[in-house]
Amino acid sequence: MCFVELVNLSHNYNGQEVLRDLSLSISKGEIFAVIGPTGAGKTTFLRIIGLLEVPSAGEVYIDGKRVPRSGKERLRMRRRMSFIHQKPQVFNLSVYDNIACGLRWRGEDKNRVAEKVDHILEVVGLKEYRNRNAQTLSGGEVQRLALARALVLEPEILLLDEPTANLDPIAATEVEEIIMRIAKQRNTTLLMATHDMSQGQRLADRIGVLFSGKLVQTGNPIEVFHSPCNQDVARLVGTENVLEGVVTANKEGIATLDISGIAIQAVSDSSVGKEVYACIRPEDITLLIADTSQPPAIKSSARNCLRAKVIHIAHLGALSRLELDCGFRLVASITRISAEELNLQMGKEIHAIFKATAVHIIERKSREWQDVLIP
Amino acid sequence: MAEIERGVIQAVHLLVSLDREVIEISARSLWISGISCLLSSLICLPLASLIHFHNFRGKRVLINIIQTFFSLPTVLVGLFVFVLFSRTGPLGELGILFTPTAMVIGQVILVSPLLLGLTISALSGVSREVVDTAISLGADSFQVIWLVLKEARYAVLAAVIMGFGRAISEVGCAIMVGGNIKGFTRTITTAISLETSKGELELSIALGIILLLVALIINVALNRLQQR
Repeated sequence: MCFVELVNLSHNYNGQEVLRDLSLSISKGEIFAVIGPTGAGKTTFLRIIGLLEVPSAGEVYIDGKRVPRSGKERLRMRRRMSFIHQKPQVFNLSVYDNIACGLRWRGEDKNRVAEKVDHILEVVGLKEYRNRNAQTLSGGEVQRLALARALVLEPEILLLDEPTANLDPIAATEVEEIIMRIAKQRNTTLLMATHDMSQGQRLADRIGVLFSGKLVQTGNPIEVFHSPCNQDVARLVGTENVLEGVVTANKEGIATLDISGIAIQAVSDSSVGKEVYACIRPEDITLLIADTSQPPAIKSSARNCLRAKVIHIAHLGALSRLELDCGFRLVASITRISAEELNLQMGKEIHAIFKATAVHIIERKSREWQDVLIP
Repeated sequence: MAEIERGVIQAVHLLVSLDREVIEISARSLWISGISCLLSSLICLPLASLIHFHNFRGKRVLINIIQTFFSLPTVLVGLFVFVLFSRTGPLGELGILFTPTAMVIGQVILVSPLLLGLTISALSGVSREVVDTAISLGADSFQVIWLVLKEARYAVLAAVIMGFGRAISEVGCAIMVGGNIKGFTRTITTAISLETSKGELELSIALGIILLLVALIINVALNRLQQR
């Protein structure tokens, strides 16, 4: 059942197109994450659904009803949802009054307000701050206050704009847990904008990818992360290797590609002569030290084994990111411990191994949407 | 020098003994300026919200004009009210010239631009994000305005007190439209003006001290509020 529906939505802001011709249906209880680079229009997308902004063109339907552009009915619809902004603002009132505002505006009676607010204070762990002025809270506490203020309204639709962007990892996990638990309990429809890809992957039922105001791909997290529809989405979801190539052979669904003169194999139906992008996630590449004059002796199910030379190493916490030269530039990601065990250094000759299934093929289509969008 | 010394001693005596005339004049001053300030607030706070929350052509110009009227000369307001309510004037039939009512009207006109301008700038101090937050939590337009006024309460209060200060300290308008009638329209400032010209420095100095005391009390109260 379709609960939130956007039809041909476009929005201009100061003469600039922020959203263009966006259509989307979201069902009740669904968790939908919109990802995209900064400035792609994620916040505007949420603000329009949250009825904070009137779109320049197109319609929003909520629960089957068209949302009017102003008036009482719009207010009534807005009161069925709540919005947590990226940088939450507190009112210069006590923590209690901050949370009670929304309920009072809805005309709830005093005892019910007190009951609900005290309950939610406990849920988010702000009970002992009840009577403090909200402006004395720390960043993490403000985020939890914002969460309480939104959840206490028991919204049917909860909109979250980068809900954990300003939090440390532990606090972020806590906030995520509270949101997910309550959303599941109440069958809340959740829409969130995030640039944290793993958050989108972890929490969402469905992901939409927004690029320069256009929804270029929607699908479940696995589809979006493993089968990005174009090279920009591929880069956005962390596929660092997006290689240009041509299909030179295709035998029973295994295509052979020519990438800068090197042959690699991929599972794909693309026919011979097609110009394609080969996308390989860095963590799908295994490295092996071997006598580089011969192919490695170890048997492997991986079809691709390329000679490579390490040209750059960067240690990122528990992982190491390696840039390899194997006729083309290839980025691989391995644990730091393995990197040390393999004694990897700049200039070292190794083998890079990856499966044919690890290569995702995108056919190089006309780039019309990009020509329009990217100035 | 000796005159001033005598004046201060006399003033202290008048104050300590709660001289009836001094008390009466002071109370009238506080009363008239208080009413003016209250009326002006009732007009200006909603009006300021209206101007702040609406975008229209010439808004910037309007605010500039309002700010220009901050320095409206008191005698000019006095002249305007005098002409309006004088026997041959357009509202002469009301017969309120030389009454406290006329003084209140004059002070409202005098104080309103100040209150209006300062309230608009107080409201501008509340960020767009706070307004957005309120809207997204389900506030209707009236609830948004009320919340923003509450958010800006200290700055709004400061504006009201500034207005009161201007009302109680002005003399030009009060003397022109009030007439400084003893026991009826005589206020602190008009009394000082008259007594001084009569050479009665003691009463003048006593009233001057009271005026400053009122200002002091208001300031202390305001500071207390802002520190909370």
